[in-house]
Amino acid sequence: MPLGAYLTLAALVFAIGLFGVLTRRNAVGILLGIELMLNAVNINLVAFGRFHADLAGVIFTLFTISITVAEVAVGLAIVIVIFRVRRTVDADSLDLLRG
Amino acid sequence: MMPRVGSPTLALIVLGLPLLSFLLLAVVRPLRRSAPAAALVSIAAIAGALATAVVTLLGAGPRGLMQSPSVTWSWIPADGGPMATVGVMVDDLSMAMLLLVTLVSLLVQVYSWAYLHDEPRTSLGRYYAYHSLFAFSMLGLVLSPTFLQMFIFWELVGLCSYLLIGYWYDRPSAARAAVKAFWITKLGDLGFVAGIVMLWAATGTFDFWTLFHMGSTGALPVDSLPPIMFLIYLGAVGKSAQFPLHVWLPDAMEGPTPVSALIHAATMVTAGVFLVTRAFPLFRLTPDVLTLIAWVGAFTALLAASMACVEGDIKRVLAYSTISQLGYMMAAAGAANPEAGFMHLITHGVFKALLFLGAGIVIHVFHTNDVFRMGGLRGHPVIWLPFVVGTLALAGVPPLPGFFTKEAILAGVFEAHLRVPFAMLAITAFLTAFYMFRVVFMAFFARPHHAGHAHHHVPSLMTGVCWLLAALTLAMGLRRAFFSGHHEAEGPAWLLGLSLVLAGTGIGLAWAMYQRRAIDPARVAGALGAIGWMARRRYGLDALYAGLYRVVLLGVSRLVGWVDRYLVDGVLNVLSAWTLRAGERMRRLQTGLPQDYVYGVALGALLLFVLAQWRLR
Repeated sequence: MPLGAYLTLAALVFAIGLFGVLTRRNAVGILLGIELMLNAVNINLVAFGRFHADLAGVIFTLFTISITVAEVAVGLAIVIVIFRVRRTVDADSLDLLRG
Repeated sequence: MMPRVGSPTLALIVLGLPLLSFLLLAVVRPLRRSAPAAALVSIAAIAGALATAVVTLLGAGPRGLMQSPSVTWSWIPADGGPMATVGVMVDDLSMAMLLLVTLVSLLVQVYSWAYLHDEPRTSLGRYYAYHSLFAFSMLGLVLSPTFLQMFIFWELVGLCSYLLIGYWYDRPSAARAAVKAFWITKLGDLGFVAGIVMLWAATGTFDFWTLFHMGSTGALPVDSLPPIMFLIYLGAVGKSAQFPLHVWLPDAMEGPTPVSALIHAATMVTAGVFLVTRAFPLFRLTPDVLTLIAWVGAFTALLAASMACVEGDIKRVLAYSTISQLGYMMAAAGAANPEAGFMHLITHGVFKALLFLGAGIVIHVFHTNDVFRMGGLRGHPVIWLPFVVGTLALAGVPPLPGFFTKEAILAGVFEAHLRVPFAMLAITAFLTAFYMFRVVFMAFFARPHHAGHAHHHVPSLMTGVCWLLAALTLAMGLRRAFFSGHHEAEGPAWLLGLSLVLAGTGIGLAWAMYQRRAIDPARVAGALGAIGWMARRRYGLDALYAGLYRVVLLGVSRLVGWVDRYLVDGVLNVLSAWTLRAGERMRRLQTGLPQDYVYGVALGALLLFVLAQWRLR
C-alpha cells in the first residue's frame, strides 16, 4: 500500500478523535477522543519510519505510547476528583473559568 | 588706608561656633527642651565668636594691593580648574561685618532671655537654635569669597528670617507675614540667581577676587555687564527692602522684637547693601545701574519716611525708618561712594538695634505697640535715655555717629551731581528727625492714657543691654568726631549747616506738634491732604500686590487647574472608560467551557495551516 493510504487513515482517525473531543459531553468521552488523536499521530510516525527505513519513528512511537498511558492516568484521576467534588462529569457544567 | 587681611583660621572659628551651637540644639533634644541650657549654649557660642572676631580684627596684617584676601577650596571639580570654590574672604569689609553681626547677635540673644521670659520654656530652645543658625548664615554670607557661596548663605538668612518672623506661628498674622517676607524676597532672589549664572556664563568664575582682577585689567565683557549687574541688584532690592519690594519689612514686625532688632534692622536687611558694597568694583563698570541704584535708594528713603510719619505702631515706625536708612545706604553706593554707605550700615546697625530693643522695653511696659496708648515715662530715665540717644543718632545730631555717616552720604550724592536724589535724601533727613521725635514725645513724655496697665518694673538685663548699646553709639560718634581726620567725600561747607538745620527743624516741629500741642496734627494732615491719605494707605502698594496676587496668580492657578481637571484628566478618564467597556464586552468570550477552547485551538490551527498552504503556493 502507498504511504498516502496510511496518512489518510491517520487523518481520518484524528478527525474522528477531534470530533469526539468537541462534541462529547462526558469527560471520559473527551479523554477517549484525545486517545484517538494521539494514536493517529502514532500511525503517522510508524508509516513514515517504515517508508523511510528509519527506526527512529518506531522508537518515538514507543515513547508516545508510554506517555499516553501516563496522560490517561492523570486525566482519569482529574476526572475522578472532579466527580467527587461536583458529583458530575458533564463538560457543560464545568465552567468555573467563565469570565 | 592700607587694606588688611585677617586670619582665615580664626574666621572659620567665628563661623564654626554658631554652627556647632545650632547642630547641638537641633540634634540633642533634652538640650533643646531645656530653656536655660539652650540659651547658655547659644549665647556662649556667639560670645566665643565675638571674642574670636575681635582677635581676628586685632591680628589682621597689612595686605598688598594685588594680594588676594580669599582662601578657597575646590568644591565642584571640573576639567581645567574647579567650577566652584568655597572659602573665606577676610578683608576689612568682612571683618567689620563680623564684629557687627557677632556683637548685635550676642546682645540680642542676652536681651531675648529677659524679653521672652514668659514664653513656654520648651519653645525657647527652638528660638535659640534659629538664632544660632542665623548667626552662622549671616557670618557665612559676609565671609563669602564667591557669588555662589554668598547666594547659598543669602538664602539661609532668608530662611532664618522666615522662621523667626513666624516664631509665634499660631498667630495667623505672623504666619502670613513670614510667608509674605519669604516670597517677596524670593522675587528679588530670582534676579540674583539669574544674574550670577549669567555672570558665570560670561566670565567662567564666581570668585569675587578673580572678577575684580578681571575688571581692573579690562578682561570683563563690559557690554554684557549692565543687565547682569541689574539682575544681581534685584537680589539686593528684595533683601534690603528697596522700592517696590519693601512691603515685606513692616509686616515682618510680627516676629518677636529682639528678632526685629537683629534681623530686620541691624544685620540681614543690610545684606543687600553689603552685596552692592562687596561687588562694587563690578558695579563701578556699569554707571547706568549705579544711577538707578541711587535713584531707587533715594526714592525708597523718602517714601518710607513719609509712611513712618503717619504710622502709629512703634515697631512699624522703626521698620519704615529702617527701609528709609537702607535707601540712604543704597543711594550712597549708587553715588559711587560705597564706603559712606557701609559706614552708615555699621553705625545704623548699632543704633537701630538699640532703638528696637528700647522699643521692646516700652512694649514690655505697656503691653501694646500703639504709641498713642503710651506716655508718662518722664520719671524713668533708665528707660527713655538710651532710646533718646538712639533717636538722636538716627536723626543725625552731632556728635552721634548718624550725623557723620548721613552727612558723608549726602556729600557723596551731591558730589555725584545727583540733584533730585540729593533733594529727596535731604527731605528724608528732615522727616526722619520729625517722625522719630514724634514717637519719642508720644511714647515717653506724653500724658499717660491709662496708668493702670503699665508696670514699670523692667528686667535690668534688658535696660543693661540698651545702655551698653547707647554707650557704644556715643563712643562711635565721639571716635568719629575726634580721631578721624579724613572724610571720603568732603561736601561743600554749607552741607554741615543744612544737616543740622534739617534735623533741628524736624525735632522742633515734632516738639511743637506732639509735646507742646501748639500745632494740631490733624490740621497738618488736612493741609497735606492727598499725600497723608495715600501714606496712611501705604501708597496702595500692599493692595496692589494683593490684587496682583489675586488676579494674576490665582487666575493662572485656576486656569491651570481647569486644564488639569478637564483636559488632562478628561483624556485619561475617556481612555479608562473605553478600556472598561471593551473589557466588559470581551469577557463574554471566556465561557469557561473546555470544549470552546478546544474549538478555538482547532480553528486556529486550521487557520495557520491554510495560511501556510497559501503562502507556500
